[in-house]
Amino acid sequence: MAYPNHYRYTREHEWIAIDGTTGTIGITDYAQNSLGDIVFADLPKVGATVTAGQSFGSVESVKAVSDLYAPVSGTVTAANEELNSSPEKINSAPHESWMIRVQLSNPAELNGLLTAAQYEAFIAEETAH
Amino acid sequence: MSASAPAAALRKTPLYALHRALRAKMVDFGGWEMPVEYSGLIAEHMAVRTSAGLFDVSHMGEIQLRGPEALDAVQHFCMNDASKLAEGQAQYSALLTEQGTFLDDILVHKLSPNDYLLVVNAGTCAKDFAWMRQQSQRFHCHVSDYSAYYSQLAIQGPQALAILQTLTPVDLAAIKNYWFTWGTVCGVANVLIARTGYTGEDGFEIYVPADEAISQRIWSEVREAGNAFGLLPCGLGARNTLRLEAAMPLYGHEIDEHTNVFEAGLERFCKLDKPEFLGKQALIAARDAGGPRRKLVGLEMMERGIGRDGYRVLDATGQPIGLVTSGSPAPFLQKNIALAYVPVEQSAVGTHLAVEVRQQPVAAQVVPLPFYRRKK
Repeated sequence: MAYPNHYRYTREHEWIAIDGTTGTIGITDYAQNSLGDIVFADLPKVGATVTAGQSFGSVESVKAVSDLYAPVSGTVTAANEELNSSPEKINSAPHESWMIRVQLSNPAELNGLLTAAQYEAFIAEETAH
Repeated sequence: MSASAPAAALRKTPLYALHRALRAKMVDFGGWEMPVEYSGLIAEHMAVRTSAGLFDVSHMGEIQLRGPEALDAVQHFCMNDASKLAEGQAQYSALLTEQGTFLDDILVHKLSPNDYLLVVNAGTCAKDFAWMRQQSQRFHCHVSDYSAYYSQLAIQGPQALAILQTLTPVDLAAIKNYWFTWGTVCGVANVLIARTGYTGEDGFEIYVPADEAISQRIWSEVREAGNAFGLLPCGLGARNTLRLEAAMPLYGHEIDEHTNVFEAGLERFCKLDKPEFLGKQALIAARDAGGPRRKLVGLEMMERGIGRDGYRVLDATGQPIGLVTSGSPAPFLQKNIALAYVPVEQSAVGTHLAVEVRQQPVAAQVVPLPFYRRKK
């Protein structure tokens, strides 16, 4: 699956799409594939603050639970309610199944994230180990 | 999210190349690089409940006890009564410490009056073998590790019999549950065909020669024969959720060297009326002292949240009272379930408890075991 060029990525396998000062966040195809069948996403409420590099929630597959790490800091403006009833959409369409939208408090943090090409090189290295 | 890669220097089964070709996800299990899932854990789990699944369980150990006193040795090592076995019959049993706790849980197959095959867990095989060698000195019997001699395939599910029957002249319907026979499978003679399994379904475990060519051919022929029935290759992920729904213990989780037979609720496989076996005295003392203080129970999560291995169990006041030994979403039951040790006073079916999930108590209730029982 291709990694969209207009997204930015974390080394913890989240993606973020930027629209002005709003970021939309989800997990990558590599992430959903490592997790396996996803059954539950525990997301923050609207109004919560998230901090770059810190956990903002969790995603659970049958096998395991994994933390979700915020690519940027900011305030949650929306959480994807559809994932409550259809968490498997994260598996079938990881790059469209967004989890939260965030009003960025420090857009400069985006400079520390990976481009699609950098992220692909990063996971190629992880897979080789 | 964070992911981890499997470690190096793991053992591989004769089917390893096929797992790779199927693009299975591989994990370290008991020192073996094993497939954890192929097409997806839920689909594999459901295939076994509704049709059939094929598992490579060649990592399991096979230890043979042979000689005029083989039965005496088996009786000394094992908590179940192997003297009750007929030739061609198998039983669930366990190797215990002197304290009545678990060294391993095993299947004992009576091959002939002086010949027993013990199927043991992968991670404990070397320990079991060394221990049996040492404990068997006073018996006239050989203890041999035949693990490298067999590949073990499990064909499990309501269609397992129909699928395997296309590959063997042996009348599989005539093999009763927990019995076995020897026969030709895919043209290979002397395959041990046992009606046993670890999924809560009907099915067979077959022990075939471990050379790659034969093991791979039999695996492939079972898959081909199973295609029309919806058989899927299944990994250890589905094996774990299937056995958990059926409430079958997993060594290192429900049972280990710190849990005894009564706590684990496995006393029906432990024959205290046998003249002698390792662990018997300690178990009788434990029984006479009033029985276990904690018990393995089934929990069903009553709120959103999944109790997982190692999570704390809380009582109604929020006090920690025990630990989850295995916990997972149950794909067929579509509930979140767990096995856990709790004090006997809080082990009755219907007791309201909680599991601490990421610092939050999530309501759970003690439910009857097994969680899942197949319709006969």
